[in-house]
Amino acid sequence: MKKQSFGSILFIALVLIVMYLPIIVVVVYSFNANSSRIPIEFTGWSFKWYKELFSGRGGFGDALFLSLRVAFWSVLISVVIGTLGAIGMAQRTLVQKQKPSKIDTAMEALSSLPIMIPEIILGLAFMILFNAIGLRSNDMRLVLAHSSFCIPYVFMTVKSRLVGMDTALFDAARDLGASPARVVKDITLPLCRPAIVSGAFLALAMSLDDFVISFFVYGAGEGTLPIKIYSSVKVGVSPQVNALCTLIIATIFIAVALSRYVSSVRAARERKRSFKAA
Amino acid sequence: MSEQPILRLDGLYKDFGQGPILHDLSLDIYPGEFLTLLGPSGCGKTTTLRIIAGLERPTKGAVYLEGADVTTLPPEKRHVNTVFQNYALFPHMNVFQNIAYGLKVLKISKSEQKKRVMDALTLVQLEGYDKRMPNQLSGGQRQRVAIARAIVLEPKVLLLDEPLGALDLMLRQNMQHQLKQLQKKLGITFIYITHDQEEALNMSSRIVIMRNGRIEQIGTPEDVYEHPRTFFAANFIGQSNLLHGTITEKNDQGEVMVNVNGTMIPGILDEYYSPAAGEDVALCLRPQRVRYGKAPQHGMELKGTIQSKEYSGGMQHTHISLSDTLTINAISQSAELDNYPVGSEVYVGWSQRHAPIVPDEQSTSDSEGDV
Repeated sequence: MKKQSFGSILFIALVLIVMYLPIIVVVVYSFNANSSRIPIEFTGWSFKWYKELFSGRGGFGDALFLSLRVAFWSVLISVVIGTLGAIGMAQRTLVQKQKPSKIDTAMEALSSLPIMIPEIILGLAFMILFNAIGLRSNDMRLVLAHSSFCIPYVFMTVKSRLVGMDTALFDAARDLGASPARVVKDITLPLCRPAIVSGAFLALAMSLDDFVISFFVYGAGEGTLPIKIYSSVKVGVSPQVNALCTLIIATIFIAVALSRYVSSVRAARERKRSFKAA
Repeated sequence: MSEQPILRLDGLYKDFGQGPILHDLSLDIYPGEFLTLLGPSGCGKTTTLRIIAGLERPTKGAVYLEGADVTTLPPEKRHVNTVFQNYALFPHMNVFQNIAYGLKVLKISKSEQKKRVMDALTLVQLEGYDKRMPNQLSGGQRQRVAIARAIVLEPKVLLLDEPLGALDLMLRQNMQHQLKQLQKKLGITFIYITHDQEEALNMSSRIVIMRNGRIEQIGTPEDVYEHPRTFFAANFIGQSNLLHGTITEKNDQGEVMVNVNGTMIPGILDEYYSPAAGEDVALCLRPQRVRYGKAPQHGMELKGTIQSKEYSGGMQHTHISLSDTLTINAISQSAELDNYPVGSEVYVGWSQRHAPIVPDEQSTSDSEGDV
């Protein structure tokens, strides 16, 4: 390999520092012993913010639990609706070989619209709608709003998987005696599984991360975790938030590392397998 | 063939909205046949197969399986199975699960499934491969799994859509032989699609030559090779010298003389075709039938000049000009290579019955095949 020049190393280092310095600062400050609300000064190492975080006095636990609950239900709903929608549409064009009608095209455009519309407008719209119909339940309001912007992620990933599929597989299953419903169960769904899983993870990330829409929609009581964090930094950064963010970063870091490891192991097994077959 | 046909196609017409793919196609297929649909791509052969399988519905016409009208029956209800062009093995199932799929759908018991799958694997010589995934198999192995998956259901008719198209030449020839053996062993009617005329001649008991959604000719391989009925059939099957000319003489045995650019060429009329003297026709002369030599032996009544010779391993191609405007191609075994140099004068001939006359191309555009 060509030896990297000093300039290029410097450049890469600079990019990395710009990207990760803020994160590193958060991590370091989460261990800061200084108790002032705006802790510029690092006075020593301490775990006290973590202890405080887990003591539950800050209310972060409730917020996290609400976020997870909302994410669970909205991912579940969007996986069911998004997958069925994608398969239903593909069934007409790929399995029954019909030309996409104007309604199909319109439906497809409409179903991806929620991720194009600015969040602030969606949030406002949901707020007005829920108030108009008198929907009071905080959970319900959040789950419905989150589902609506999560569905397109599942729908689009599953749809693109279906479009790339060999339609002869569906023909073959029919030819071997399977009814159209049986084809969906035995062939379409299993082959879509990777797309469904990645769509679900996308939806999960979107739901957990959402601030704008949740902020408009949530009613009485505590909001989701992003709302809680936002409201706690309005009056200066609570060091508890640093601890929480550090935990979230660590979780993501471990998850990414794990998934990379799993896929590299799988790739190696795949290589070995195809080598044996050849 | 006075038997009851196992499959009858009656006046199939298919239009996908961009002009007809099939025009009034009718065909009877008998039990135990190895019938090949042969034609260039776009001739409607795959559409015909898909209509038989139930994957496509004809715009007009009907399909009868053992006398029963199955035209509107969905594919899962037809006792017909297909070997698809690219095998269409289910990538998420192993070989066993692929082959057992049809049996599983039929709710056949696990033990019976196992027995039948193993028998099918033995039949296609893939014992021990049952745990492999499709992506761990070679092209030829996948092909055999696809066949096993279809025959395990004991269909009345097995449809094969260019099953050897994706294999290399050596494997293809080997598989041609194996498929023919398999068909004999099983006694199932095969309907086979190919655009490879050599494959069709090798394997079929009958060949249906298709073109533009119509049947050009139906017959045994020997029939369609020796007695082409249309210009297209003569051109598509095997190699031929197709000479355009006008009939000048004609006798009761069907022997004719054709004036090709001023040279008189002998030919023969089959009983189905009787053009009058003076009509434009084409003469189909297989290069393998052309004989030539220094001395005028029997039948060698034409005089020609050797224009060029090409040796191509086992065969020699010789171009002989009979006049300034007429050159024919001759093929001889290399074992009997002539030593006549290019430019030498030779006598040329062929037995008259090996030079059938077919309608000239312009007049065949609406010929209908013998259905």
